[in-house]
Amino acid sequence: MNGAGLRRFGLGLLPWIGAILLWYAVRWSGFVNVSLIPAPHQVAAKSFELLTKEGLLIDIFVSTRRVFLGVALGILAAVPVGFLLGWYRPARTFADPMINFFRALPPIALIPLVIVYFGVDELAKLVILFYASFFSGVIVMYEGVSQITPLYIRVAQTLGANQAEIFRKVIIPLTVPHILTALRVALGVAWATLVASELIAAQRGLGAMIQNASTYFLLDVIYVGIICIGLIALIMDLILRKITARLLVWQDRAIV
Amino acid sequence: MNKRAQFDKVSLAFDTPKGRLNVVEDVTYDINDGDFIAVIGPSGCGKTTMMSMLAGFQKPTTGKVLFDGRPVAGPGPERGVIFQEYGVFPWLTVKQNIAFGLTLNANHVTTAERDAICDHYLGLMGLSDFANSYPKHLSGGMRQRLAIARAYAVKPQFLLMDEPFGALDAQTRSNMQNLLLKVLETEGKTVMLITHSVEEAIYLASRIVVVTARPARIKKIIDVPFAYPRDESIQERPEFAELRSHIRQLVMDEYRAQQAQMRPVSFSE
Ligand SMILES: Nc1ncnc2c1ncn2[C@@H]1O[C@H](COP(=O)(O)OP(=O)(O)O)[C@@H](O)[C@H]1O
Ligand SMILES: [Mg+2]
Repeated sequence: MNGAGLRRFGLGLLPWIGAILLWYAVRWSGFVNVSLIPAPHQVAAKSFELLTKEGLLIDIFVSTRRVFLGVALGILAAVPVGFLLGWYRPARTFADPMINFFRALPPIALIPLVIVYFGVDELAKLVILFYASFFSGVIVMYEGVSQITPLYIRVAQTLGANQAEIFRKVIIPLTVPHILTALRVALGVAWATLVASELIAAQRGLGAMIQNASTYFLLDVIYVGIICIGLIALIMDLILRKITARLLVWQDRAIV
Repeated sequence: MNKRAQFDKVSLAFDTPKGRLNVVEDVTYDINDGDFIAVIGPSGCGKTTMMSMLAGFQKPTTGKVLFDGRPVAGPGPERGVIFQEYGVFPWLTVKQNIAFGLTLNANHVTTAERDAICDHYLGLMGLSDFANSYPKHLSGGMRQRLAIARAYAVKPQFLLMDEPFGALDAQTRSNMQNLLLKVLETEGKTVMLITHSVEEAIYLASRIVVVTARPARIKKIIDVPFAYPRDESIQERPEFAELRSHIRQLVMDEYRAQQAQMRPVSFSE
């Protein structure tokens, strides 16, 4: 790592150290009952215990897999649908109110119905995560695609491009940035929905772990679960951002 | 002489939220093989719209636009267009932009030929050092030159150019004008050029179409009496100065008419 990289890393680390200090400060200030706030080192010890004895890694794996599958399927469906809606104005006028209606429904509100129709196993969680990623992704896709200017298509036409070439060489490159944004937004929403989906009587998973801990008032376990969810979301976003920067070197961004 | 393009009593109106907007009205003229037509008129009068009918992006409301005797059905590679907004592809490097047309089925060439054509135009347009850069690293003038190179690369016989040198500094502009004259000399194209520079119109064109304030009608068609090949010395000739002041007068009248049109609109808003 070079000097500038080290500096950026240090700058990124600083707020975390600050947050931990603040955490200790709140605990020791005496304003809050100490038994309600486990100390950072206790949470760290607990996470080590969970990792080695309770299979925290399995929970992480199960949750990550659910989010991955839900987002993958949701985006796979959102890309063509969002594309069609963005590209064909009549389709948008036709489908816009409906999409906004479903997007506005919080997935949590659908859980009772999902239990009725899909039961309480893996499929039910997948349905909820699919729902969340599809509707958040579809909006991003069609807003982005509808803003593609016809200029580039016209240019390609005057150079002799046929329909297939326009699609392959102009529309796809212009759509990729929106697919990546949709993916990022969907990942965020899916993580947020994860706990809700794992409330459906999940045996394992970070949401289930938090849920179980809350019945026994195991605050330190809840903290570990929350921190894991945040960390994994952060890592996924970082990876996606790296991929985006690689794929979209051509984009006019101040900071990549 | 062979008629390449014909405007035959062409009118075009747009339906806008504020009502019908007549943009081109009863325009008739021919563009013959080897002609260099410059269209000049106040901005917003309908020049781009007139050109886009020949490019194939807009259909006349009444009248006919013909190319090689047939009504224009859509855009095609035999009519190269250089757009006012350049339209360089941001996701392709400079070289890939120039090569774009050559990778299409319509103008298939071998890889070696493609490389040779790209290198030729990279050099001609002074873009060799930026061959592998993305357009985001180019200045406005360089983007415009890139758009020109990309259009020239597929060698259309007919070039439609919408204020192609408008954003260039004076020196580059005159270099590009001379380059265009040289390309035409060797490749013998037919050109329709939209410009707002009277000097540019006289220096480059064989015929100048002066159009009125919106809706664009033909105010006057003027033959330019200078033979090709031309060089900058013609700009010193007294005939050049005479023609310039004559055309300036025509354009200024229309510019004032345009201003008068705009005024009530801005009051009512
Ligand atoms: N697609 C369109 N719909 C409605 N009005 C348009 C459209 N395209 C151009 N116009 C209007 O037509 C007029 C002429 O435009 P344009 O041909 O671009 O002028 P010029 O190229 O001479 O500056 C302008 O007032 C413009 O607002
Ligand atoms: Mg224009």
